Amino acid sequence: MPDDQTQLYADTGDVQSREEQKKAPLFAGHVKVYPKKVAGVVRRYKWAVLIGLLAIYYLAPWLRWDRGAGVPDQAILIDLPNRRAYFFFIEIWPQEVYYLTVILIVAALGLFLATSLFGRIWCGFTCPQTVWTDLFMWVERLIEGDRNARMRLDKARITTGKAARKVSKHAVWLIIAFATGGAWVLYFQNAPSFVVDFFTGQAGVGSYFFVGLFTATTYLLAGWAREQVCTYMCPWPRFQAALLDEDSLVVTYQSWRGDPRGKHKRGTSWDDRGDCIDCKACVSVCPTGIDIRDGIQLECIGCGLCIDACNDIMDKVGRPRELITFDSERNQALAAEGKPKRMRIVRPRTIAYVVVLALLIGAMAIGLSSRSTVELTLAHDRSPLFVTLSDGDIRNGYEVRILNKTHEEGLYTLGLDGIEGATMSIAGQAVDDVIEATLTAQPDSIASYRVFVTVPAADLTSDRVPLNFILTDVSTGATVRGEEAFRGPEP
Amino acid sequence: MPTKVEKDALTGTETTGHEWDGIKELNNPLPRWWLYIFYATIVFSAVWVVLYPSIPWLNGYFGGILGYQQREVIEDQIADARQAQAQFLDAIAESDLTALSEDPDLFQFALTGGEAAYNNNCAPCHGLGGAGQANYPVLADDVWLWGGSMEDIHHTLDVGVRWEENPDTRFSLMPAYGTLGIFDRDQIRDVANYVLTLSGQAAPDPEAAERGAALYAEQCALCHMDDGSGDRLQGSPALNDQLWLYGGELEEIMAQISAPRHGVMPAWGGRLDPATLNMLTLYVHSLGGGE
Repeated sequence: MPDDQTQLYADTGDVQSREEQKKAPLFAGHVKVYPKKVAGVVRRYKWAVLIGLLAIYYLAPWLRWDRGAGVPDQAILIDLPNRRAYFFFIEIWPQEVYYLTVILIVAALGLFLATSLFGRIWCGFTCPQTVWTDLFMWVERLIEGDRNARMRLDKARITTGKAARKVSKHAVWLIIAFATGGAWVLYFQNAPSFVVDFFTGQAGVGSYFFVGLFTATTYLLAGWAREQVCTYMCPWPRFQAALLDEDSLVVTYQSWRGDPRGKHKRGTSWDDRGDCIDCKACVSVCPTGIDIRDGIQLECIGCGLCIDACNDIMDKVGRPRELITFDSERNQALAAEGKPKRMRIVRPRTIAYVVVLALLIGAMAIGLSSRSTVELTLAHDRSPLFVTLSDGDIRNGYEVRILNKTHEEGLYTLGLDGIEGATMSIAGQAVDDVIEATLTAQPDSIASYRVFVTVPAADLTSDRVPLNFILTDVSTGATVRGEEAFRGPEP
Repeated sequence: MPTKVEKDALTGTETTGHEWDGIKELNNPLPRWWLYIFYATIVFSAVWVVLYPSIPWLNGYFGGILGYQQREVIEDQIADARQAQAQFLDAIAESDLTALSEDPDLFQFALTGGEAAYNNNCAPCHGLGGAGQANYPVLADDVWLWGGSMEDIHHTLDVGVRWEENPDTRFSLMPAYGTLGIFDRDQIRDVANYVLTLSGQAAPDPEAAERGAALYAEQCALCHMDDGSGDRLQGSPALNDQLWLYGGELEEIMAQISAPRHGVMPAWGGRLDPATLNMLTLYVHSLGGGE
């Protein structure tokens, strides 16, 4: 019988948290983390989220969406050369990039809401850094074995076997990284034709550069940097403290139940001691190499794998599960005093986030659904501001641009409003001194017209009179108005 | 410099000996990655000094063994740009002006090029956008001394106005009725009063206008026509409109009758190449007054 009973329950080896292994107090020398394989409910959720997210990422560029002839049929496409962004039924021009801003703000607020409710579930489950690191670790385990095997392999002298394992691990990592970097570029190119171009050497230099860049970053961040990204590079852990409160669910070691901790011999009493047998299973599975029993800390990404590891041990020693669990600070305080727990989801903080989120999403939905397919922009000539004609009338020149966002040729009428007696002539259109003109704009483009507006001097009341241009889409009847000034001499 | 090397108790690292409010600075070495980059920049600069212009002499500089010069680069770029524009410019130089305005690509190129040429050569007198200024004609209005069709504009640009170096230049001359003693001061006032009525304005002195009518018919109508509509063939301005190049007040009209001012424009043919002349014509024609 080994002296140390816990050997039966967990493979403790010389498990140390990273804090314990640090020698120099001022510089954080990198301590390599060897997370151990773990199974359980949380791990199953993590696998499901990982598969779902990776499927979306790799497959989304291949979705097709019919928009008619001459228009890209890729469902999600940012067409930089043609200055258009497509997202299923939505098509956005560069000047509408504020939709993207709103999406980013909504994403940030959603993150705040999720964090105040459930702690860092973004970090633990859905962050790309976590997802790809998890995938890379899975590959590493398949090739090099579990925690102890990997530690032995790293310490062992170089042999053919070790070299083969290392080389094949990095090769698989690089293939995944290449697929990741390649898929990124597909969001900016027509995926099917681009893949052919890419492998036949026909793609642009920029495409090869970005595929290379994102291959390199994926390989380095998920293969080498891993938890250091979360601990040192990412700003999110720094301000999460401001988003968490005593009701947020975080991965928690229930110290009131676990302490005093210590080794436990099978068959001995559990009286006057905690449930924690100090087996360090929670430390050995942690992807960031910390000891959750030290409490909430910057490095904890909230992935909950320690919960699975501890439940496994609790089952083996015959104590209740959930010694480590998702719980709030308030509940822990209540539980320590023996009072019943209560979950507070509706709090001023969460209400505020939900209200702002609803407002933003509502505003964007209204904006998108009432988005005009035609826009009018006006520019008054800078010089001359006005011209006096031979009969004393005053004429102003305008650059009138019609943005036709549809994929058919647009037919419009342009009218004037605001000044009695105003007439217009359009350069190159053989229309002179009319009150309404018919104009066209090519599909998906901007038509530019020079419009001269003439007003009898007697009808001008000041040297600056507002003048409205009214553009009516003949096919839909939709109108857009643009206001400009009509300038004249001082009366 | 401190004479005694002091070591930090916690880390065992030397301190620099500097102390600020009890805080001492550890003398840690520079990070290696930083040092390597620093050395790399030194090597880079040494290579640069040999290859590129680098060291100033008293009367010149060391040009580098590659012989690189930014002036040559910009000259190459200008030559490339000229090369790229050549096909448009050749087409514009050879093209008929009306046909030119019907080819959207060429027309757009010509308008842009015309605007650049206009701003360089014409805007000082005629103003940006043909806005004109005192004593210089507005080009954006509907009044033309020598005609506003493309052909007329092109010809005026080509030969200039009262530009003596060009024998074909547009030329008109009004006698100085006051200076030459043809009219006395009262007669000039009478004629000026009448001229004001031609454009529908009330003469300040209706009786003088009546007297002026006879003088006008005798002396002025030959060029300015009976109704004051002017004659573009002779370059005589219309007097029956609301626009006055040299001012529309009674005194200003009298001054112009007494000692007329005559504007001069250089002949641009020969100064500017045919393509630029064509582009300028299209641009000026597009300003709002083109006929």
